[in-house]
Amino acid sequence: MKKHTLTGTLAALLTLGGLSVPALAGPEDVVVVNAWSRASIGMNRPGAAYMTIRNTGDEPVTLIGLATPLAMMPEIHETKTNAEGVSSMSPAGEIAIAPGESVALEPGGLHAMLMRLQEPMTEGETFPLTLLFDDGGEVTVEVPILGIAARGPED
Amino acid sequence: MRRRAILGYGAAGVGAVALMLFVGWWQVDGPGAPAPVGQRPVALTEMDFRLTDHEDNAVGPETLIGRPTMAFFGFTYCPDVCPTTLSDISGWLDDLGDEADEMNVVFITVDPERDTVETMAEYVGYFHPAIRGWTGPEEQIARVADGFRATYERVPTGSGDYTMNHTASVFLFAASGRFVTMIDYHEPREFAVPKIRRALEEEMEGAT
Ligand SMILES: [Cu+2]
Repeated sequence: MKKHTLTGTLAALLTLGGLSVPALAGPEDVVVVNAWSRASIGMNRPGAAYMTIRNTGDEPVTLIGLATPLAMMPEIHETKTNAEGVSSMSPAGEIAIAPGESVALEPGGLHAMLMRLQEPMTEGETFPLTLLFDDGGEVTVEVPILGIAARGPED
Repeated sequence: MRRRAILGYGAAGVGAVALMLFVGWWQVDGPGAPAPVGQRPVALTEMDFRLTDHEDNAVGPETLIGRPTMAFFGFTYCPDVCPTTLSDISGWLDDLGDEADEMNVVFITVDPERDTVETMAEYVGYFHPAIRGWTGPEEQIARVADGFRATYERVPTGSGDYTMNHTASVFLFAASGRFVTMIDYHEPREFAVPKIRRALEEEMEGAT
């Protein structure tokens, strides 16, 4: 599906201004809103990015992975907290999004885990993050980097 | 006759033992068990550990007694839960304003291998200034976690890296050191702040 790639590129171009703009697309496409991440201390620690991914199309889409020049090992992770209050984090695997549905990557749940940073994440900057779908489609969003203590896209 | 008496006595004894066992089960594992007792932290006054805070001061449970305490576990290489908890706590402290001034707020690492005193100092510097970062030798961290009935576990993430699973609840103690309650991860702020006030109020009661 070339359409994802095209609209993704378009979205990336649109968001280059650093605005937290939806990576928007046509019908049967994927819209990403409220993308944000926290600044890192140096490059040794993994980063995390959050966003809401909407499938505005008529077909289900399946998110299978991530790519970014910022990190060598970007991966979709899920944090789970069990009945004893113990939190753990592991790869989330594929994420299917039904038509009209959205998936939220938010603190304490799903997150884009950015392992092996290639450069520090600096507050006020942005980085491109590409979502890879099982049909070969891609959507790239420009993710704003907020402060280390940020709690959400508005901080 | 005599033999029969003994038998009868024996039967009563067996019955008594069975009853005791049943009562014991009822209270310990059965429906009569006071639910979270095994998981509740002991009082700070019953804990014994030696750590170092992010300004290189020697600290222990006695450091916390005399003021209400909010404490939690984490590690600075934690990308999701820990910064979120630290931000939440910073927000609660902002909400409480002056009320929180007389409170200890302690972030205890479960990853002392990477979280040195310097690392903790840099990290806590990004959050509310009341938050202290404590680290120390692994066996001391284990003693703290034991007192809090908290758990942690090192989990490899591939290519030599690792992450830590750990108890993410925030623990609240009264100024006396008595455990008051905990704030679970994901608990809404409208529940968290009143819980902190409970720990703060208990101090007032103790003071009068
Ligand atoms: Cu993760």
